[in-house]
Amino acid sequence: MIPELGHLSLWLALGVALLLSSLPPLGAHRQREDWMALASPLTVLLAVLIGLGYAALTQAFVFSDFSVAYVAQHSNRDLPLAYRMAAVWGGHEGSLLLWVMLLAAWAVAVALAGQQLPTALRARVLAVMGSLAAGFLLFLLITSNPFARLVPALPEGRDLNPLLQDPGMVMHPPMLYMGYVGFAVAFAFAIAALAGGELNSSWARFARPWTSTAWACLTLGIALGSWWAYTELGWGGWWFWDPVENASFMPWLAGTALLHSLAVSEKRGVFKAWTVLLAIVTFSLSLLGTFLVRSGVLSSVHAFATDPQRGLAILIFLVLVVGGSLSLYAARASSVGLGARFHWRSRETTLLANNVMLLAACGAVLLGTLYPMALDALSGQKISVGPPYFEAVFVPLMAPVILLMGLGPLMRWKGMESTELLRRLRWPLLLCPLATGLHGWATEQMSLAAWFGLLLAWWVLATVALEVAERLRPAAGQAWLARARALPRSVAAMLLAHAGIGVFIIGVTLVGSLASSQDLPLRLGEHTEVGGHRFELAELQPVDGANYRAMRATVKVSREGRVVAFLHPEKRLYRSQEMPMTEAGIDSGLWRDLYVSLSEPINEQADAWIVHITVKPYINWIWGGCLLMGLGGLLAASDQRYRRSGARHS
Amino acid sequence: MKPRHRRLLIVGIGLLGVGAIIALVMNAFRSNLVFFYTPSQVAAHEAPQGRSFRIGGLVQTGSVKREGLRVHFIISDGSEQVPVSFDGALPDLFKEGKGVVAQGQLQGTQFMAREVLAKHDENYMPPEAADALQRSQQARERAAQSMKGTQ
Repeated sequence: MIPELGHLSLWLALGVALLLSSLPPLGAHRQREDWMALASPLTVLLAVLIGLGYAALTQAFVFSDFSVAYVAQHSNRDLPLAYRMAAVWGGHEGSLLLWVMLLAAWAVAVALAGQQLPTALRARVLAVMGSLAAGFLLFLLITSNPFARLVPALPEGRDLNPLLQDPGMVMHPPMLYMGYVGFAVAFAFAIAALAGGELNSSWARFARPWTSTAWACLTLGIALGSWWAYTELGWGGWWFWDPVENASFMPWLAGTALLHSLAVSEKRGVFKAWTVLLAIVTFSLSLLGTFLVRSGVLSSVHAFATDPQRGLAILIFLVLVVGGSLSLYAARASSVGLGARFHWRSRETTLLANNVMLLAACGAVLLGTLYPMALDALSGQKISVGPPYFEAVFVPLMAPVILLMGLGPLMRWKGMESTELLRRLRWPLLLCPLATGLHGWATEQMSLAAWFGLLLAWWVLATVALEVAERLRPAAGQAWLARARALPRSVAAMLLAHAGIGVFIIGVTLVGSLASSQDLPLRLGEHTEVGGHRFELAELQPVDGANYRAMRATVKVSREGRVVAFLHPEKRLYRSQEMPMTEAGIDSGLWRDLYVSLSEPINEQADAWIVHITVKPYINWIWGGCLLMGLGGLLAASDQRYRRSGARHS
Repeated sequence: MKPRHRRLLIVGIGLLGVGAIIALVMNAFRSNLVFFYTPSQVAAHEAPQGRSFRIGGLVQTGSVKREGLRVHFIISDGSEQVPVSFDGALPDLFKEGKGVVAQGQLQGTQFMAREVLAKHDENYMPPEAADALQRSQQARERAAQSMKGTQ
């Protein structure tokens, strides 16, 4: 009964979404206040109805109702409760429901926070989000109903894919979707501004905090996914240039460009048309990401099921959204104007150059991701583009971005004298080689690429340090603490996020050039030497988990005669699906991770195994850097200015 | 410099930059494409020697043999078989009778795999492997039809 109510609730939500997408903008067109005023209540109603549907599905998972097909495919009575609740988004139908629920939640947040927005603008923004929700709900209900019944009901479910039974995987999809869907807000503002013909810098001010939040969520979501791949896939890699990873990385690159372009549009009123275009592109790439991951057109770790009909439906939706918004853009953007002028030696120039480079990188990723699919669809020829391509393209494209990223914040808006620029550059130019030299000297086995990476990282960190020092230097009778308090949050956020990039580059560079690994057969009691550590297979013991049985090894790791860690890698066999799983044993640290995974036994008695052993220096700096970026994004969104700005405009 | 000249200069530099980026991307793209061949194509000597490519099909039942770290197995598309060698740990879902995709180089008739690709659901068939099986099936049906025609 409850699943049917959930299903009904989603149909009602579709009706509300259709109302929301038509009445308020019609009201804005005819200047009917009462129609426009419906936008907020309809949004809340939409969110409540979708929330009820979501709750009904969760209920079916919690109580293991295997008469619902989706539950039977993705859950099992032995599955721990936390994973049963997370299994709601473990498959195609549920993850789409999560997508549209998060969209509705964002719309409610816009409705509540945007009470001071001009009524017509708010009506249009919510209507755009409502029509997106309508599209997704229609797709969900017609092609992928999560409440479809199974007759007869199964006595036991098929279980959640064991790879997804991990805390990182529980958090990864919601975080990622928060990011994808969050860009819908910037998109909705851009479309509303185009439709209303009011493309002044105020739309940029409204859209900025939402974009920052979405960007922060996306950053953290991608980082969680990468961390999950590192701990769960058993190979110790953190990024594979897999099409699905690329699908989330493209909106990130475009979103990063959008974030910075919005700042320029708001502060200086330039690049307005460009910013609107970026908002459209970023959200379109988010939709494309959903399409790529959820339609099954990809051969990748995420391609669990293939269903071309669904793929076609999302493709049509994608073409409608992208085509429609780009046509609107083409019709209206020419009226936007160029805005103020600026000298080439200015912050505007560095930001514009960075925008172009980020989009170029995004285009390169798009080419490498879509070309093989297009070729397959058109000619049936199968090719693949591997990590070597992306690496060959990415380093030369990103190096100038990093240089400009350090330079930009030191530049003034509009333009500055070269003598002043040189004076400001003095300290970073001194600090950067010094820090690089010290760091490289303290690290063994530096390759040329590693030196280059460190140089870039310390360039960013040195410019951040200069900015911090200048902003906090006691002046005008204020101590540094008082100055720190007076520091605008948006500036602190920028410094935090940029420092995050520096930390991230150090991690990527040093993991890439210093990691040492070995695959070898190891008998009980045998040992081997990897990356200056001695790994001994000390014990092998069978263990039983909630829904699996496993072989658990104890690996003793010592360095220069001292024991530094005991690692416990496992080889699990999940009962319900008879699916083997590698659970790596990891000892994490600031300077290095020790990583061991069991591959397979090489004899009948199973006392000798093929073992994968890696020492990964600085790997945690990668996620540390992402965390700093994410925190920076959230801090930027919390800037007081945005809360007051609405009041100023009403 | 006149403002008009300066503008021309800036536009020129911009175009040059964009051109350089496109050249870089296209060049990297061309030299890193990995092609896919079925076991039948390998048997017909259509696959290159000494260049990395992908091969897909089913792991032939009973063909997996381990010698310490090195593992030997046979990839089959139902018509032709290709012997494969690989040094290292195989992915969890590598199983006899299941679909597999390997990337590596051909040395003589032996395929030296550098990477055996993991798939993450036991019922899931890699698209490349499915494609290889389907093509081989179609080829056999065509052959059977033409046999009938000649009789």
